[in-house]
Amino acid sequence: MNFINLLKIAINALKRNKMRTLLTMLGIVIGVASVIAMLAIGQGSKKSIQEQVSSMGSNMIIVFPSSQMRGGVQMGSASSKSLTIDDIEAISKNCPSVKMASPEVRGSGQVIYSGKNSPTTLYGGNENYLGIKKLSVTSGREFTIKEIQSSAKVCLAGTTVIENLFGSSADPIGQYIRFNSIPFKVIGVLSEKGQNTFGQDQDDLIIAPYTTVQKRVLAITHVQTILASALNEASSPKAVAEVEELLRARHKIRGDQENDFEVRSQEELVQTFSSISNILTILLGAIAGISLLVGGIGIMNIMYVSVTERTREIGLRMAIGGRGKDILLQFLTESILISVFGGLIGILLGVGASQLVGKIMNWPTVVLPQAVVAAFAVCTAIGIFFGWYPARKAANLDPIDALRYE
Amino acid sequence: MAKTIIEVKDLRKDFQVGEVTVHALRGINLKIEEGEFVAIMGASGSGKSTMLNILGCLDKPTSGEYLLDGHSVGNMSRDERAWLRNQKLGFVFQSYNLLARTSALENVELPLMYNPKIKAKERKELAINALETVGLADRMHHKPNQLSGGQQQRVAIARSLVNDPVVILADEATGNLDTRTSYEIMSVFQELNSKGKTIVFVTHEPDIARLTSKNLIFRDGHIIKDILVSHKTFAREILETLPVYDDYKK
Repeated sequence: MNFINLLKIAINALKRNKMRTLLTMLGIVIGVASVIAMLAIGQGSKKSIQEQVSSMGSNMIIVFPSSQMRGGVQMGSASSKSLTIDDIEAISKNCPSVKMASPEVRGSGQVIYSGKNSPTTLYGGNENYLGIKKLSVTSGREFTIKEIQSSAKVCLAGTTVIENLFGSSADPIGQYIRFNSIPFKVIGVLSEKGQNTFGQDQDDLIIAPYTTVQKRVLAITHVQTILASALNEASSPKAVAEVEELLRARHKIRGDQENDFEVRSQEELVQTFSSISNILTILLGAIAGISLLVGGIGIMNIMYVSVTERTREIGLRMAIGGRGKDILLQFLTESILISVFGGLIGILLGVGASQLVGKIMNWPTVVLPQAVVAAFAVCTAIGIFFGWYPARKAANLDPIDALRYE
Repeated sequence: MAKTIIEVKDLRKDFQVGEVTVHALRGINLKIEEGEFVAIMGASGSGKSTMLNILGCLDKPTSGEYLLDGHSVGNMSRDERAWLRNQKLGFVFQSYNLLARTSALENVELPLMYNPKIKAKERKELAINALETVGLADRMHHKPNQLSGGQQQRVAIARSLVNDPVVILADEATGNLDTRTSYEIMSVFQELNSKGKTIVFVTHEPDIARLTSKNLIFRDGHIIKDILVSHKTFAREILETLPVYDDYKK
């Protein structure tokens, strides 16, 4: 029996039971569509997390103090004063993979302007701070090295702060705001960044020279965090190693002792988030995969019913010259047709659904071509796998018994 | 001397039913020549169905020899027997066994679907010819549920003819039909036989059997009588003597 005859016979058989064929197909359609939509949603969230993290500066390196043993007592990490301005100078000078570095000191408090006030965070950095954090100034100017040296009471404000204090109309440049009763002159407005992945408002901040924050606000001499920027993303692991080595030497930490600081790169963070969203994608995909499996079992069930119902037809086909192989191929072709057509419809539906979700719910979705190809391959495999046993049952029937079957 | 189509020598068939061995056929010798119209008769349990299954290459004998058109069937594999059925045999069943919701034409085409040498166009021509032979050319696009019992059986006969078999095997082909339709079907068979087709017809009705040319009577796995029907009766003539009811008018 040639292939065209086989297809013709299988299609005729499926057409004779249109409703049943369609319902069986529906199981596969739903399975494939949900696998594709779930993977698209998972991939989309992964991509958006990656984009957000790298907008925070993907080659950024953060050094912060870790807890120390002091006289046998484990101290909290926040109380540690191990990082200094000299460390930052040393990093900028001696680490070839580091492009620039800045201290970061911060304090939270209330900002006040005329009758209005709001809680916010004050950050202190040097002239590299904005560059490392990928921030820029939309109006006004950045603070100068001279202002840093003189601990000038100038600040840059985020859009949320501006809105809370000035409303949307007034020009804040040159105005004085008070942070914890210390007056700062607003010299610039930071560009808007929106919320980060955790829903935190990245525009609710003011930035001032670190010297000002250290002396006038916090009254400290150490720095809380060191921010540095690697030459590029690829050199960021190397930069981390260089910084670690340098700081160990500077802090006189011996071979087997633990560091009194920790170095993290933004790239590590990206990887952590990627692996989280990968797990999410796998989970969603697995759940959808189960529905595909159920669809496959539906095919198997219907094929068994079909074989039993058409026992006499099978007997007749054998009597007029159908070999076991022909019968096997006929039923296998039927189940493959169901799963392949179901798969194609499912792919269209899945791609459509993920775009719809993207549009309506404003979720990022990415349909990977690999996912589509894989879904199609799995479908065909399901057709063969779940069609095989019913088809073999049909092929192994004894023609005499089959012809007499009531 | 006519060509021998079927030759059976000392054919035996045993069935194992639990602990007991049932001897369905106990040494059958049989020769059917081209152009014969043979009726196999016997009560149920006489072995006639088993005989037909073996003649139809659906079953293998336990011992003995069976030559179908020169091919020894006894030691053939399942697939080889399927091929032989496709090439050499035509089957007509008591319950027609047509595919539901499938047109008469497609039903008749079916045996040719399993022969890769025959192309779609040739297949259709052969099927139309076969339907013309049984007088159903005008119904070829009807589905089985749109046809009467007699018409369905004629589609089945057309299906058995379409591959130009050396022998047509009919198993109680009139068993589901009323008297008048039975004779109509027999007249179709007689016509085919007069054109030279060899037919083996299993029946338990003596009235039907006397329309054939030779009767083999089975009992307990033996052929107990081999009768040549001397006076040939034509089904068509009997039909004319039967009363015609309005139901049968076309």
